[in-house]
Amino acid sequence: MTSQEKSWKEISPAGVCWKPSTEFLTGDWKTYKPIRDLEKCTRCLFCVLFCPDGAIHWKPEKEDIEFDYNFCKGCGICANECPTKAIEMKLE
Amino acid sequence: MKSVIKQEVLALNGDEAVAYAAKQADVDIVAAYPITPQTIIVERFSEYVANGEVETEFVCTESEHSAMTACLAAATAGARTFTATASAGLALMHEMLFVTSGCRAPVVMAVVNRALSAPINIHGDHSDSMAERDSGWIQIYAENAQEVYDSTIQAFRIAENPEVLLPVMVCLDGFTLSHTLENVNVFPDDVVKKFVGTRQLPQVLTHEGKTAPFKLDPENPMTMGPIALPNYYFEFKRQQEEAMKNALNMIKQVHDKYAQISDRSYGDGLAEKYHLEDAEIAIICLGSTAGTVKTVIDELRAEGVKAGLLRIRTFRPLPVKEIIKALENVTGIAVMDRAMSFGGNGGPVYHEVRHVLYGADKHPYVINYIYGLGGRDTSPEQIRKIYEDLRRIIQTQRVEEPIKYVGLRE
Repeated sequence: MTSQEKSWKEISPAGVCWKPSTEFLTGDWKTYKPIRDLEKCTRCLFCVLFCPDGAIHWKPEKEDIEFDYNFCKGCGICANECPTKAIEMKLE
Repeated sequence: MKSVIKQEVLALNGDEAVAYAAKQADVDIVAAYPITPQTIIVERFSEYVANGEVETEFVCTESEHSAMTACLAAATAGARTFTATASAGLALMHEMLFVTSGCRAPVVMAVVNRALSAPINIHGDHSDSMAERDSGWIQIYAENAQEVYDSTIQAFRIAENPEVLLPVMVCLDGFTLSHTLENVNVFPDDVVKKFVGTRQLPQVLTHEGKTAPFKLDPENPMTMGPIALPNYYFEFKRQQEEAMKNALNMIKQVHDKYAQISDRSYGDGLAEKYHLEDAEIAIICLGSTAGTVKTVIDELRAEGVKAGLLRIRTFRPLPVKEIIKALENVTGIAVMDRAMSFGGNGGPVYHEVRHVLYGADKHPYVINYIYGLGGRDTSPEQIRKIYEDLRRIIQTQRVEEPIKYVGLRE
């Protein structure tokens, strides 16, 4: 616990959140990290659709996808669903 | 300042008194599931809905777990919410009772006290609500149908107060109160509506950095009841304890304001004393049993016995200071428990009264009587016997059996 954390007198009741969930970086929960083989990837976007955390983004300007490791919890669903087996889960 | 409002006398049983009070309290949502001996409440209320006497949304749920979930959801959306249950129904709500208090949802619920299975039994005792005493709900135990009506109205104002924001159980003894017809003084509808007022919502800080009224509203999105890990869960629980402390004061205030217009009071709203000023021996109990105890006290007083009663009306929050003060001159105390705490060395009320008295200057004799389980009748003669036991204890200065059973075949 850090000194920045608030006392019970300062917080709203019922756990009402005073900051958005995007400020809680849940990416540090992961044990395995998805690494993509750019040669094998066809940009089919299956991984974008299947990611339960919305941590894989389609970047139109690059015409490519991007993992957001701040929120990827390393569940491996993307690797499992990838039709070309372009994603490998690597121990961090 | 007293300004008593003229009331009408209706013949109502305890369940009908609850339904009538909820109808007058301008409830937005009732979500409930019927169970004996609470059924009359749900029946009467659904009649009000069918007859167009209320604008309440009545939600028939498939279980009590769902009923409490629906009430919680409605309350978080800012609705005034009411439900009723008993026994196994309350037990099935167990999980959601904690969620409701933790979400600070001011649901009001009538609990018609009934024994828990097994063996199955539909009659009155306190094993259902006592099992939920740590669920974060306020618990008010009524003595008669009139108090049931009065307490139900008061409950909305207590629960919804922004300093409290806690759900409230109004507990009434199954059959003894729920199914017994009494004369009940009732207010005109507009008086109750004005007394309970509209629901007040405190302002809270949301994740958008705005302050907004504490309710789920698409205009002001907010998250209630999210995950709180070891770094914050504890702080939220401490807030609930503070709310209980605030409730002590608020219950008294609401009770006093209500007394001004009704000309009825129940002690200070937290505990009621009966002939306790000069009492040497006293009984402590909850609920309808107090009526029988008062009758016996009247007889004993006529015989010159200094007997008294302390009826705890608000078991949660427990009025610690009031209990100590009320008992400061009493030498022998019998605590009556209509529930068991198996293997716990006595019943729950006994545990708490003894615990409170440890902080008192004088330590009187405190003994426990378990009584009335599964609806077993408790007679004036049995109460008289308890006072006789107390007299013997203070004379001989010896307690032979600290925990006894009333009317049990040995």
